[in-house]
Amino acid sequence: MQGSTPQNPSSAPGAVAAITHARFPGLARRLPWLVLALLAAFPLLAPALGLEYYVGFVRRVLIVAIAATSLNFILGYGGMAALGHAGFIGVGAYTVVALVEAGFSSAWLAWGSAALVAGLAAAAIGAVSLRTRGVYFIMITLAFAQMLYYLAVSLRTYGGDDGYGLYTPLELGAWLDGAHAQVFYWVVLAIAAAVFALFSRVAHSRYGHALRGIRDNETRMVALGYPVYGLKLAGFVAAGAVAGLAGGLLASHNAFVSPSIMHWTQSALLLVMVMLGGAGRRWGAPLGVALWLTLEEALKLYTDYWHWPLGLLLLLVVFHAPQGVAALLERRGGRESVR
Amino acid sequence: MDAIFVFEQLLNGLGYGLMLFLIAAGLTLVFGIMDTMNLAHGSLYMAGAYVAARVHEASGAFVLAVAVAVGVTVAIAAVVEFVVIRRLYRRDHLVQVLATFGIILIADDAVKAIWGVAPLLASTPAALAGPVDLFQGLPYPSYRLLLIGAGLAVALGLYLLVNKTRVGMLVRAGASNRQMAEHMGVRVGGVFAFVFALGAALAALAGALMAPISAVQIGMGEAILIPALVVIVIGGIGSVRGAFVAALLVGMVDTAGRAFLPPALRAVLPPSVAADLGPALAGIAMYVLMAAVLTLKPAGLFPARG
Repeated sequence: MQGSTPQNPSSAPGAVAAITHARFPGLARRLPWLVLALLAAFPLLAPALGLEYYVGFVRRVLIVAIAATSLNFILGYGGMAALGHAGFIGVGAYTVVALVEAGFSSAWLAWGSAALVAGLAAAAIGAVSLRTRGVYFIMITLAFAQMLYYLAVSLRTYGGDDGYGLYTPLELGAWLDGAHAQVFYWVVLAIAAAVFALFSRVAHSRYGHALRGIRDNETRMVALGYPVYGLKLAGFVAAGAVAGLAGGLLASHNAFVSPSIMHWTQSALLLVMVMLGGAGRRWGAPLGVALWLTLEEALKLYTDYWHWPLGLLLLLVVFHAPQGVAALLERRGGRESVR
Repeated sequence: MDAIFVFEQLLNGLGYGLMLFLIAAGLTLVFGIMDTMNLAHGSLYMAGAYVAARVHEASGAFVLAVAVAVGVTVAIAAVVEFVVIRRLYRRDHLVQVLATFGIILIADDAVKAIWGVAPLLASTPAALAGPVDLFQGLPYPSYRLLLIGAGLAVALGLYLLVNKTRVGMLVRAGASNRQMAEHMGVRVGGVFAFVFALGAALAALAGALMAPISAVQIGMGEAILIPALVVIVIGGIGSVRGAFVAALLVGMVDTAGRAFLPPALRAVLPPSVAADLGPALAGIAMYVLMAAVLTLKPAGLFPARG
């Protein structure tokens, strides 16, 4: 995780955060590592606390957070409001299904291919979609995701509408298999941490600054001589590939793949979670995913009517914390580490 | 496949297209005038369907059921507009998506609490239960004819309202250039409240009319929302005329795709491939249409601004 890199106070709240940062110098740097350590220790501590069930839940949160982080990158930093991101998750998941059906069993091959194929799909879709602007971009990414959805529904070899069960877990290789029941959890955690660190790093690189420049004023960036279309496409492809990787992991996690994972409401949910956490904030995606999925899980315990409190939460966020929860925490608590 | 089958499918496509137009008309005006993306428009359609189905069941009077459905939905829409939508006008599209997605979640749970999870079975009015012979050898369900007639009548009424009245002039002014209209003294806020209520009434009417021939269930609003959005994008955001043409196009393409593509593919491809490919192509037909239109005309067929 990126706790040790200097923060970039690029906005007014950022500047405030930088001042509060001076008051809590240690916490800001250590908190990400603390969270990572706690997450890594969780499968070992869970049995003692009677929380075994939640190991699987945290694993799902981590996988969704990988996809959300990639969406946050193009949405928050690149200003590309893609309403079809679940389509790439689906491409990744179905790539795993196709390889398993063909007789392959290596997890690394399957997940790597998932990222690769989803990246190729993103290149094709992005090449067309990025020629449009604003609402038309939202709609055309949605349209492509719907096409992928109907394609999956029609693939009877892979179960069509009923989905496809992955009955034997993929092999992680030599010593990783069977060493510990929770190895898959740690693998997911390591990938999530790596993806998060990578996107955080890139967001503050020269490329990341160029991308933000395009988000804020595309015409000016064109005038300055930046290859705007290519830069956006590169970000779109990277995000699509990472979403595909998350899809591959999700296929292993659920041991089941069905077209419903790429339904448009899934794309909308992913957008909603990123916005809830704070689009364009380093911690926005994981915070939003963790908050949304935890609330969903907790509300389901108590009531069948668990949708409306979440709906109310969205309205509250829109009117009282339009920059997302990450920005809210930053402002209220002065905890810069959540940025 | 004979001529009668083709004619029947074309009529079905026309009916579906007209219902899509009723939903898309409100959506495109709200979008065009106040630049507000309202995902919860489908929830108004759902409200209309549920209220109409229950009132019809309780009273046995179909016209009364439709009228009550429209009235109740407009009242709900007025409250939603006053409490939420009004504050979203000047926010960006993503914030509007977030807030109206929240409204969808609340609306779905409200429907679940009031009417339960099981889909409702809405009956067609007794007088229109049977088929009529359009001409020798073509019986067609009379209820679907009512749908087509009602759709055409509303489309004509909307055309007259938008193009021939003073209110319509203000609506068009707001859609083509809001800022200019404001500078000329038009109270765009009032126009918008009117347009939002009008859109809600049309969505409720579509819901009430579609209830007997579709499943009245939670999620029906989200299912119809996407085709409606495709329609307004193809037609050009803010253009009622564009929405009309695009709705008929999408209705025809979707219905024809489902009816004609699978048999056509079976004729040229091996059966196993055709069985896979047919439904897929039928499902994506309208999205391909949208992608094609946007490639040729990036602002839709009839751009309202310009």
